Amino acid sequence: MNETSLNIVKKLATGIAGFDAISNGGIPKGRTTLLAGTAGSSKTVFAVQFLACGVMQKNDKCVFVTFEETPEDIRQNMLSFGWNIQQWEDQKLWSFVDASPKPADVSIVSGDYDLGALIARIEHAIKKIGATRVSIDSLGAIFSKFLDQHIVRSELLRISVALKKLGVTALMTAERNEEYGEIARHGIEEFVADNVIILRNVLEAESRRRTMEILKFRGTDHQKGEHPFSIVSDGGIVGVPLSTVLLNHRSSTIRVTSGIEKLDSMCGGGFFQDSIVLISGATGTGKTLMATSFISGATKEERSLFFAFEESRDQLFRNAEGWGVDFRTMEQQGLLKVVCAYPETTGLEEHLVNMKKVIDEFRPTRIAVDSLSALERGATPKSFREFVIGLTSYIKQVETVGVFTSVTPSLMGGTSITEAHISTVTDSIVLLRYVELFGEISRGIAVLKMRGSLHEKDIREYSIDQTGMHVGKPFRNITGILTGNPQYHQTPESTRFKEMFDDV
Amino acid sequence: MTRLSLKLFVSGRSMRSDAAISNLELTLSQIGIDDFDLLIIDVLANPQAAEDEFILATPTLVKVTPEPERRTIGDLSDKALLLRGLDLSPAAYLRDLNEA
Repeated sequence: MNETSLNIVKKLATGIAGFDAISNGGIPKGRTTLLAGTAGSSKTVFAVQFLACGVMQKNDKCVFVTFEETPEDIRQNMLSFGWNIQQWEDQKLWSFVDASPKPADVSIVSGDYDLGALIARIEHAIKKIGATRVSIDSLGAIFSKFLDQHIVRSELLRISVALKKLGVTALMTAERNEEYGEIARHGIEEFVADNVIILRNVLEAESRRRTMEILKFRGTDHQKGEHPFSIVSDGGIVGVPLSTVLLNHRSSTIRVTSGIEKLDSMCGGGFFQDSIVLISGATGTGKTLMATSFISGATKEERSLFFAFEESRDQLFRNAEGWGVDFRTMEQQGLLKVVCAYPETTGLEEHLVNMKKVIDEFRPTRIAVDSLSALERGATPKSFREFVIGLTSYIKQVETVGVFTSVTPSLMGGTSITEAHISTVTDSIVLLRYVELFGEISRGIAVLKMRGSLHEKDIREYSIDQTGMHVGKPFRNITGILTGNPQYHQTPESTRFKEMFDDV
Repeated sequence: MTRLSLKLFVSGRSMRSDAAISNLELTLSQIGIDDFDLLIIDVLANPQAAEDEFILATPTLVKVTPEPERRTIGDLSDKALLLRGLDLSPAAYLRDLNEA
């Protein structure tokens, strides 16, 4: 065995969704990692999940050392995530070291002491079941239990040495006072400083945003920066890695219909499979209709998924019926799934996690999201951008066409903030605009962008009736539609040009 | 009066363990208590006992009877605090000390 192979830090996949991608494979194996966070940043959930995933996915044996909650509370609280710790204890897969506060704990200190009993108990628990994963929650509670900080520090060092000797992979949680400040209270990082993960729960624009950041892994690599995560009822923490999913998806040349024949030809033959199409328009221009048409364009072999954040199910079905699309039958045949949610019910991270889950379960080939603007309400630009990137990259990965709608704030022309964020991740953009001519409102449609293909440059008039959207002739002799300031020219431009040259 | 029954949790045969045992015996004999039960438990040899009684620190002295149960941690070098932990009057100890 040469020296380099001795020194390579191996990683242990935690099994926590998203985290292993962010950490490039998990936490350093056979070492102790500090998990720091403020109150309410889900340290305990992370610490329990690290063990629960080990038990469930690899039959790894685990020891949980608790200084705060009683084992009974933890068993109870974690049941809601679907983790039956009691059962694992019975199967000798899980063992608690109960160091939670007890009434008899009010002890008198007479002279020097150490934490030899605690260390002996942890070692005993590990050896008893042959544990490979250990969580200690939390170090701050040890400091408040034993007032002599020097003793606690040196004993914690002894614990981490003992854990290393036993070859277990350990997580120790520690409290922080502020989201952006010293790593942990009591200067804990000074002795377990090799690997540090920080969990944050930041209040931004009246909503909580949870993120995880790997501050350092000594001797091995990881992704940098804060990554949002969500806590879901069946499964605990779900991380949202941003940088790993990007730009490794295949690009397809297969075209699928938009559900509107004329629009297909405007796009040069339809939307690309595994592309993201943005439909942008003011209120009432027919964005939901286009999303509906897109769904109705699916063949009998395709499955479609409709995420509605603006309208209720009933409204949506009634609208579709009004345009001659029968959602009800499609749904009964299992070809369609409609998911309605209020954007404000949860954070964007959780919406994303839920949407991914539905996509995974239903495996659609067409996805419509109506509308992104509704989701943007009340979210910070940062979390919205992360949401859009997360969703688009995921949809592309599963090789599905995604149609997103977005509302422009002004009736005539203009772009929305939504578009500024997402226009670069979308492959195609379709504009729907009001056009005022001679005191009448008409509507215009244009394909602004079609990545990887030619598209028609005309702005065409369209109308909406009980059979859906009908794209008509291009506007002629009119300029300034996109800026919201249309000008009518009496003579066709071609004639005027001819006249200009005739003069010469 | 209920007989004094004690458990002393130590970790191995260290200087600190020995100090705790001798400090305990000395202090008790100084106030005239020579007849008591003392069970010494080495947590390295018997960690399950520490687990069952939720012991963290060593040495830990547990007064089992007379009730209530009370715990004192440390090498028991502070005699006044040790006596308080045993619910014994420090006054008696001080009187003995003066007479000596």
